[in-house]
Amino acid sequence: MTSAPIFAIADCNNFYASCERVFQPKLNGKPVVVLSNNDGCVIARSNEAKALDIKMGAAYFKIEQYAKQEGIAVFSSNYALYGDMSQRVMQILSSFAPRSEVYSIDECFLDFTGLPQNLTEYSLDICAIVKQWTGIPISIGVAPTKTLAKLANRLAKKGHSKHGPALDWRDIADPDAVLKTIALDDLWGISRRWKDKLNQLGIHHALALKQSDPKQLRQHFGVVMERIVTELNGISCIALEEMPAPKKQILTSRSFGERLTDYDDLRAAVTHFATRSAEKCRQQRLTTHVLTVFIHTSPFDTRNPQYSNSATIAFDRPTNDTAQLNAAAQQGLKRIFRRGFSYQRAGILLPDLWSANVAQLSLFDSGENNLRSDQLMTALDDINRKHGKRSVCYASEMLSKRWQMRQEFKSPSYTTNIKELLTVQI
Amino acid sequence: MSVISISSYQPRNTKPLNSAALWSDDLELPILEPKQQLSTIELPLFTSKVPAGFPSPADDHLESTIDLNQHCISNPPATFFVKVKGHSMTGAGINDGDMLVVDRSLRPNNNSIVVAVIDGEVTVKSLDTSTDEIWLRSKNPDYPDFQIKEGMELHIWGVVKNVIRSLPV
Repeated sequence: MTSAPIFAIADCNNFYASCERVFQPKLNGKPVVVLSNNDGCVIARSNEAKALDIKMGAAYFKIEQYAKQEGIAVFSSNYALYGDMSQRVMQILSSFAPRSEVYSIDECFLDFTGLPQNLTEYSLDICAIVKQWTGIPISIGVAPTKTLAKLANRLAKKGHSKHGPALDWRDIADPDAVLKTIALDDLWGISRRWKDKLNQLGIHHALALKQSDPKQLRQHFGVVMERIVTELNGISCIALEEMPAPKKQILTSRSFGERLTDYDDLRAAVTHFATRSAEKCRQQRLTTHVLTVFIHTSPFDTRNPQYSNSATIAFDRPTNDTAQLNAAAQQGLKRIFRRGFSYQRAGILLPDLWSANVAQLSLFDSGENNLRSDQLMTALDDINRKHGKRSVCYASEMLSKRWQMRQEFKSPSYTTNIKELLTVQI
Repeated sequence: MSVISISSYQPRNTKPLNSAALWSDDLELPILEPKQQLSTIELPLFTSKVPAGFPSPADDHLESTIDLNQHCISNPPATFFVKVKGHSMTGAGINDGDMLVVDRSLRPNNNSIVVAVIDGEVTVKSLDTSTDEIWLRSKNPDYPDFQIKEGMELHIWGVVKNVIRSLPV
């Protein structure tokens, strides 16, 4: 007999803010916010910052004065740090379950099916270990379905569990009474648009949704909604997806730290994006046979003329060679660049990717070039892995630095750069 | 007719996960296995002592290799590197500018060298719990010890496991 499935989701609390606090413990208990790329707007808040009514997505220039006045610690996004800390947390979590699925940078589904333990105690142990080993506080929700596990986690975070950061849905005495208090868009997978549509059908909270006819809702919303309803009824139909589907496209694009008008500035940016795209391709063992390069001015800049354009270049055979991707990107940029505009963004899109294992050689291709390119790229990746990224890069990338992001408040990369380690005065 | 080499299309062994695989501008979420190898930098372990004269023929048969990471790091996700500035711990062999290997999963014992957080301030001291009182001791007579008193907040951030010092070469 196989046991009924049991899922858990572990979710880091205020993850980005928590990462910063590990290395600056004096910020514990203090309001902390983290800003988006280019220090544009708030993308993470500690509970104390939430209590000061700092809104998610608030523009930094609008809250700057208030932040200073209230002593809010402000950080630029430090993805090297967050990525490393995430990996540590995930590595620890994955050792507590036979199967796990990294769901996002700060969330991980665990398969607890068949574990003989008291799962609340087990989850509390996991929370304590992750906190001690990494300094990151987490919450865990346990339930017979992923949808309910997400909900249990949410309730635990909001302090509805008498056991602190962990909550097993099955321990709730009257789950329907709880569901009645849950807004529809607080459920996993339900957007605000769907909520409005459900409201029109007379469904106003999670309990009403649970008691709806899944087949009927399927006609209005499709199979995803049917699954959510089924899962609310405790029947698991969203499995753990251990292997994410291979990516169908790679997009590398960024807003610039300042508006660019100069061709060389754009060349440098485009070279960087092409290099990154090629690296991503190789990491995932993919190749591309088309590359699109695009540039555009800011759509919000109403005083200056607007321009955007893109160019698509095809390769004779699928490639993930940086030199080839970069050459194509430069060729495309030359075609679409127009003088006299203030560019705000550029990017490279590889719209259709192939597995590197199934590439088709062209008639006149000896294969010799591929081997050489592959060896060169392996060497390039190895050097950059060992000595830090962009130790070796294409010269056109070095034409300008002006396109790089604004990161005025970035903390050191404490865990990934030996020159930026936490330094303790003793 | 030329033979087309297919070697470049064969999947290579997947590399062990390391932080350098994560890039700042976009994070790719990894698939994790419970046990991950830390590194592949290995140095040969010589089974005989280094003789001043003729090398031992036994060295033709190297027994195993040493990975310094495996030696210094027992729990990778809980291990952090920290640099120190200052001279208060010279008696414990920790000098200004040294790098410490700190394991947050280790339970501190009496006399453990710890990274401690006292009221939000980070320091490195020797933990003395031999009496009813808790002391954080400096290992240099020129520097004071700290007693943790009622109302102070002490948090042991991690336990120092190794000291790494670069010598002038």
